[in-house]
Amino acid sequence: MAQLVCDDLALGYEGREIISSLSFSVDEGDYLCIVGENGSGKSTLMKTVLGLHSPMRGKVSYGDGLTPNEIGYLPQQTLVQRDFPASVREIVISGFQGRCGVRPFYNAAEKAAALENMKKMGIEALQRRCYRELSGGQQQRVLLARALCATKKMLLLDEPVSGLDPLVTADMYELISSLNKEGITIIMISHDIGAALKYATHVLHIGDEVFFGKAEEFAKSGYDRIFAGRKGERAHG
Amino acid sequence: MAEIMQKLTLYFQYPFVRYAMIVGVLIALCSSLLGVALVLKRFSFIGDGLSHVAFGAMAVAAVLGLTNEMIIVMPVTIICAVLLLASGKKAKIKGDAAVAMISVGALAIGYLLMNVFNTSSNVSGDVCTTLFGSTSILTLTQAEVWICAVLSVLVVLLFVFFYNKIFSVTFDESFARATGTKVTLYNLIIAVIIAVIIVLAMNLVGSLLISALVIFPALSAMRIFKSFKSVTICSACLSVFCAASGILISIVFSTPVGSTIVAVDIVAFGVFSLIGLFRKGE
Repeated sequence: MAQLVCDDLALGYEGREIISSLSFSVDEGDYLCIVGENGSGKSTLMKTVLGLHSPMRGKVSYGDGLTPNEIGYLPQQTLVQRDFPASVREIVISGFQGRCGVRPFYNAAEKAAALENMKKMGIEALQRRCYRELSGGQQQRVLLARALCATKKMLLLDEPVSGLDPLVTADMYELISSLNKEGITIIMISHDIGAALKYATHVLHIGDEVFFGKAEEFAKSGYDRIFAGRKGERAHG
Repeated sequence: MAEIMQKLTLYFQYPFVRYAMIVGVLIALCSSLLGVALVLKRFSFIGDGLSHVAFGAMAVAAVLGLTNEMIIVMPVTIICAVLLLASGKKAKIKGDAAVAMISVGALAIGYLLMNVFNTSSNVSGDVCTTLFGSTSILTLTQAEVWICAVLSVLVVLLFVFFYNKIFSVTFDESFARATGTKVTLYNLIIAVIIAVIIVLAMNLVGSLLISALVIFPALSAMRIFKSFKSVTICSACLSVFCAASGILISIVFSTPVGSTIVAVDIVAFGVFSLIGLFRKGE
């Protein structure tokens, strides 16, 4: 069975549907890129998959040994985080909180694993630094390390490269791709159709026209051109 | 100087003053603990809101002629805290507006009740005491001292036990929820702890000045320290220091306890801000 199956989903707020009858599934090791215009419901879809938002119809099911709490999540930055006094180490280890249950403190194994994840993200040297003083790219690495503490199976990334400069963006994509090669399933929301086609195995386009399939098929179908063209029109209009 | 020492020695001969000092320090410690979380959750004014609710409840207790006000004050304040903090994003009237509404509403009703059902000969004196705290530390009763001591120890223990959970819930609520932390439960616990702290602190500084006790130490610590742990420890130490020196000053110069403590807190904030600026310039 697939790790994640969305069956005939309808999503929306206060009785107004944004997405109707959406079905797709994600297998272990996939790299799914979700693209679509602003307001097409990408973030709502992600929140539904995480169980933060309930669908109006349809259902999300998890399989292949994945439970809902085992999904690592890289959210978009919130205002609160910009002036939060917290060290990198404190943030990374908080990824284990969900597994602690009532246990008040982190154990030695969790501390070691947090250090391991910081090494993997190349932020080991920053662990005592204050989060709000880091650059955008470094902050994303910190949040990615935290997400890795929460999961070994699936990562959901909400526009991980927004606000980063091109060089750091390319770094970030490589990093995510290397995680995918280690066997972690990736689901990423993105505006960047080029990157989607370069790295992703599957593409889900939501909006007026819905497409779900392999990245190559998406390229062949000409959807990408329609999508890119429409963006262009909007920019000119 | 000798005169001051003599005065202090004289006062501290009464066990009563010693108890009051201990309680003042304990309350200051508790109220500073959650300050960081509340400032960051944009709930700096929750102290004000809840203390006005406590004021209203106290007025009701006085009208009903209850000897132990805590029976009404504590539950009412806890319920309001839960409504304000735990209802969170779903509420129709949110954050600052909800706090402001409950705060002024309770204040008005409380004062109205105290005036209409005039039970004491000195209404304005009573009101002033509840709003700005006891005019002298000597007016704290022994029962109040013991209740404060027990509850403050409880609050500190709860805070230490839930420290890591409070951190994750404050830093990133949706991540915590998505990865299986019981966010609603911990928000509820934070709300209950803060309500208890408010009711305790009312005895010391009065309803109007509680916010100062909650946010000043946290804001001062945030000028200098960079991690959640160091900010929390620093604000706790700072708050204890300010409360202790405030109480001593108020004994020596016979000033009102609450406002003296807050004045010391303000001075500390100024000093910390300067140090922070200086460090940035380096």
